[in-house]
Amino acid sequence: MNVLAAAAIALTALVTIGLAAYSSRLARTTGDFYVASRSVPAWWNASAISGEYLSAASFLGVAGLIMAGGADAVWFPVGYAVGYVLLLALVAAPLRRSGAYTLPDFCEARLRSTGVRLIASALVVLIGWLYVLPQLQGAGLALHTLLGAPVWLGGVLVSVTVLIVIVGGGMRSVTLVQGFQYWLKVVAIMLPVLFLLAAWRADASPSAVSSSAPVFDDRTTVSVENHIAVTVDQPLVLEAAGTVDNQRVDGALTWQAGTHELAAGTTLTFPAGAPVPHLSSLPVLDGQAWSQPLQGGQEHALYRTFALMFALFLGTMGLPHVLVRFYTNPDGRAARKTALTVIALVGLFYLAPSVYGMLGRLYTPELLLTGRTDAVVLLLPQALVGGTAGQWLTALVAAGAAAAFLATATGLTVTVAGVLSQDIVGRKIDDPIVSFRVAAAAAVIVPLLLGLVADTLPLARAVSLAFAVAAATFSPLLLLGIWWRRLTDVGAATGLLVGGVAATVAIVVSTVLPDVNGWPAALLSQPAAWAMPLALATMVIVSRRTAHRITPGVDRIMIRLHTPEAVGVQRTWIARGER
Amino acid sequence: MSAPKPRREVITGPRRDVRRRPPRPVTDEIDDQTGVGRIYLRSLIRTQLRLGLATVALVVVPLVAMPLLFGLWAPVRELQVGPMPLWWFLLGILVYPAILGVGWWYVRQADRNEAQFTDLVEGR
Repeated sequence: MNVLAAAAIALTALVTIGLAAYSSRLARTTGDFYVASRSVPAWWNASAISGEYLSAASFLGVAGLIMAGGADAVWFPVGYAVGYVLLLALVAAPLRRSGAYTLPDFCEARLRSTGVRLIASALVVLIGWLYVLPQLQGAGLALHTLLGAPVWLGGVLVSVTVLIVIVGGGMRSVTLVQGFQYWLKVVAIMLPVLFLLAAWRADASPSAVSSSAPVFDDRTTVSVENHIAVTVDQPLVLEAAGTVDNQRVDGALTWQAGTHELAAGTTLTFPAGAPVPHLSSLPVLDGQAWSQPLQGGQEHALYRTFALMFALFLGTMGLPHVLVRFYTNPDGRAARKTALTVIALVGLFYLAPSVYGMLGRLYTPELLLTGRTDAVVLLLPQALVGGTAGQWLTALVAAGAAAAFLATATGLTVTVAGVLSQDIVGRKIDDPIVSFRVAAAAAVIVPLLLGLVADTLPLARAVSLAFAVAAATFSPLLLLGIWWRRLTDVGAATGLLVGGVAATVAIVVSTVLPDVNGWPAALLSQPAAWAMPLALATMVIVSRRTAHRITPGVDRIMIRLHTPEAVGVQRTWIARGER
Repeated sequence: MSAPKPRREVITGPRRDVRRRPPRPVTDEIDDQTGVGRIYLRSLIRTQLRLGLATVALVVVPLVAMPLLFGLWAPVRELQVGPMPLWWFLLGILVYPAILGVGWWYVRQADRNEAQFTDLVEGR
């Protein structure tokens, strides 16, 4: 048990609750809050957006995927950042000028249809839940790795903290808290990099690129916590205590090349220089294959790469908790400036994960055996720097990880709760505050329960599924809604349903049936590349067929979306969120 | 008999202080969605859309080319920038300042387009 790390996590949670309570005292009503946040400079607003955006998937997951997957996994951080270029160039200013606060508000205002609004609300809830789930899992992983806590505990603690923040008065995502959490995360991931690189140099700078597949440098003991299967590609002598290949073992053992099953609780001890057995779902890559793209031996690797780019580039603009924040800009120009600043802030952060991924192969290779590569950021400071400095750095990354899952979970929960209380719970309960609290509870409990039953995916991969659904639904809706006046309510509704159902079914099937191979597997596990064009085409074709339903007064809406605020045209059309 | 009362004469002439009716402001044209107003607005939308798509292409086309180039052409995989393979230098480091630069260019152009539009419709 690492006391410093425990204190750092607790402190991050307490500061989060404290700042939320403090800023909710500053602004008593939602209206106050908006006015207050409009005096916030663009860079601080951008910090808040980045703080909310950089989730457990970015803080922990990206480094883990790079450690396991190498050159092909750099698309995760690149995609998360490039998404903001598309958001900036095609969505930011018109969305702000629409005056809509949430995506359902935008749908209702642009298409004057409560039907489309309801579909959009359901999709916001779906994407929100898909996105919260890995945050809770990340919390569980962090607390388990650092403190030995049971895996479910982290998720429960995050849920409780988020509910305290929201119910305690911070009704809407709080700029101050989220901005603080961005800077905490940047420091927490960047500062250790300097120490890690210094320690690596002092160790004669071994290269992860020109080396063989990862080996244990020293005699290493690894405990296996779940029932797993591992692959070795050459005979290997080791010691084991526990159950291996369904036989009780206690002592020396020789493994032939192939797959071996390990029961939970088994302990393995490897001699110095032994190659690291890999979890059977991870490819065994030597330095060259790891550092070069498309060498991992995965089927249809090129398609998977492009589909991932597609999902991340286009998904960002459809993430409901990100879009909510653009409303807090004073005008369309400020929205562009904010989006540009977010590109800078997010890009700064993403310089770090590759370093952890690369060093992880050298200094924490046992994670490739247990499959817990998501823990590399948390374990590397102790493994490489060690000593007192290592402990303090571990506490720092622990605080950063806590900020990551708290910030994103809070933002998502507020967004999902807002939509739930407006469109579903609010119809049953009259008191808006009570209905918001009920909705907030529902917004965290569902993913918490799902997390207890669902098999764990790598964090960044799980988040990319939420991106895929967003890319297949809200991205075509926003693009057409902003730039094409002929989009009709029927076209939008059909497209949202087609894209949403296609992406969701693909994700569920690929998760439930892991044994599918070949093209079906590639298409199902990365659905955005076909589901987004499908949704877009559906919207266009159905809108053309229902041309008589073009939104009445669409030209007035287009005026509002696109003319700069400096021009004195009438902006009488009021979106629901602005009343 | 008294002399007949002189008839009142109304003298007419062009008034000199009259001003020509001011031209309708373009903002009204836009508000009333007349043909002229529509043309102004559509040209703004088209300009901004073209700029947005150009920005996206500037970023996405090179990125899409990367896996094709590196996947299909082995020699480029061996290139190094200092101790780093070229791939990692480009996608681990250089990509972030590059997209920031493109974004900055976009914001400048978009602001400029809007300022021109504002001058056009307000400045007659």
